[in-house]
Amino acid sequence: MTLPAKKKSFDLYAMTWRLPIIVWQLIFFVGPLLFMLAMSFFVVKNYRMVEAFEFTNWERMLGRGYFWDSYLLTLGLASLSTIVAMVIAFPAAYALAFKVSDNVRRWAIFLLIIPFFTSYLVRTFAWYVILAESGVINAFLGYLGLGPYTMLNTKFGTLVGYMTLTLPLVVILQTFALSNIDTRLVEAAQNLGCKPFAAVWRVVIPLAKTGLIIAALFCFILSFGDFVAPYYLGGSKPPTLPILIIDTTKSGQQWPRAAVVAVVMMVTLFAVAYAALTAAYRKRGRT
Amino acid sequence: MASNNKSSFLTPSRRDVLKYGGAAALSMPFVSRAWAQTVEINMLAWYGHGEPDIVGEFEAANNVKFKPKYYAGGDNMLGLIAQSPAGTYDIILSDGEFVQQLNAAGYIEELNAADYNFDDMLHDDFKQFPGHWADGKLHSVMVRCGHLGVSYNKNAVTAEEAQSYKCFWKPELKGKVGHFDWHLPSLGMMSLTNGNGAGLWDLDDAKWAAVKETTMSLRPQAGGFFDYGGTFNSLKNGEMQAMCGIGDWITGVLEKDGAPVASVVPKEGGIQWTESYCIGKGSEKQEIVKKFIQYMLSPDGQVKSAQMAAYPGFAITKAGRARLNEVDKKEAERTGQVDGMPNDPITLIKEGRIHYRDIPKQQSLEDWNDFWSEYKNA
Repeated sequence: MTLPAKKKSFDLYAMTWRLPIIVWQLIFFVGPLLFMLAMSFFVVKNYRMVEAFEFTNWERMLGRGYFWDSYLLTLGLASLSTIVAMVIAFPAAYALAFKVSDNVRRWAIFLLIIPFFTSYLVRTFAWYVILAESGVINAFLGYLGLGPYTMLNTKFGTLVGYMTLTLPLVVILQTFALSNIDTRLVEAAQNLGCKPFAAVWRVVIPLAKTGLIIAALFCFILSFGDFVAPYYLGGSKPPTLPILIIDTTKSGQQWPRAAVVAVVMMVTLFAVAYAALTAAYRKRGRT
Repeated sequence: MASNNKSSFLTPSRRDVLKYGGAAALSMPFVSRAWAQTVEINMLAWYGHGEPDIVGEFEAANNVKFKPKYYAGGDNMLGLIAQSPAGTYDIILSDGEFVQQLNAAGYIEELNAADYNFDDMLHDDFKQFPGHWADGKLHSVMVRCGHLGVSYNKNAVTAEEAQSYKCFWKPELKGKVGHFDWHLPSLGMMSLTNGNGAGLWDLDDAKWAAVKETTMSLRPQAGGFFDYGGTFNSLKNGEMQAMCGIGDWITGVLEKDGAPVASVVPKEGGIQWTESYCIGKGSEKQEIVKKFIQYMLSPDGQVKSAQMAAYPGFAITKAGRARLNEVDKKEAERTGQVDGMPNDPITLIKEGRIHYRDIPKQQSLEDWNDFWSEYKNA
């Protein structure tokens, strides 16, 4: 005997629990996003925004070569930051997940959280002392008869800033992703003749795929939208999209044109996040 | 035991609590009345103008409190005012070239010229500064100025080389020339490099194209684009050996701190930044604001301005200069504010080597900003 299918009805209890997050998202995400989209069609007259529906801001921004240069640069730097952070973080996360005691892991994660206690801007400025031509690294290299090397106001400087922002988070997320792996599967692979590196590549990484992709996604999102590193350590040379937003608002209070840049950034992030999450949750063997 | 019955500050008796509590409660109306008497003055200005080294003495003497909001750049200032209701700002410190736009938009009050001692100005231009008067009515009073030219590290550029903007193209400075991240002063300097002199802001298509070409040729030399803090740091730590778009307002602070940097007005000419006070439209505190502007024009106010911690400016009144020479001869000499010195800023103006910063005449600010973005991305 089969029970009659339960008629779907409005579940007040479930809705009560869902409501806060829905309201929160509507007020603080969907609402501002729609306003930003609408703002991109406004015009500025006498330094004041006027409601309108004109495509001039879109035509102007998307028609400028420097916009696309900034776009490609930002995309490239954020991608590079993601690759570098993932590669640097992985050995540390692997060691924390598999090679150390629970106590050491707890302390390590605590230490990785500590950088977030201080302002990112302050941490960025601290790099001045280290990366400057008269800074700590060049002083050390000087003893070895090397340098000085220019590190500030370069793309390398920007990348260092991105790492300051993202690396601790990526290590933490990777550690959690790897910690959930059943180590018996790794041991089984090795017992069946799989070499250690091959086991990492063919067993560990596929099993931690979802967590690893989410770590990479966070790194990309944070780097893509970061203003501080490219401005203060990269010398705004050339500017990334967040710097272009600031430049656009500074001159003539062109918030609508800045909104165009912001909308393009959001669309890019939506696309990247969608692709990443699809890849993260795709079942093996399915195309 | 007697000591057990004795109350102390840390262990008050119930009677003490009632006594002191009552006294405190009774005194509250007087305290709150005293607070109420402190007038808050909302100031819109470049960074540093609302800090204690400038306004502290005036605040104490007049029982007022400045509430500063800082901006960077005239566009930013206009935007902030445009987006605020009338009366939001009691006093506005504007770049000289933007006063005209403030007035045209109706953001500032008319001033009474008789309230200010224009006869004491060091230069006739300061009495009738461009844009400060309209139809014979005064709208803003100039309080300080400074000159922009070649700013450089003395270990990398010689004083002789610094006599021309061409030093920015010196091969040894590749990647070491910084820009203050605002198109107006940097492009103005490029215009001067092209020999546009007094017509540096009035560029026809051909001249504008030439300025763009000159600017683009500097791109390989450019090491970065900085805000105030970044400009300051990069010169201090030697990352940048020369800086385009600034002057003594930044190097002066570093020089006083012992850094081997300096600024000069090169042979092609320099640009003057001018700062002027206006009273915000609809302000209900016009009397006290007027008093403050008078204070800033007084000898003491002018000395404070010349010694301002955030960035120094030239005294613009005779009495102000005289007082500066009395109380801080070293600073007066460092900046040439001594009658007869060859780099006396007033002499430079009279010789025609200084051009007041202005906005582009034949292009829009938007055109200049667009090109600036293009340049940064090149």
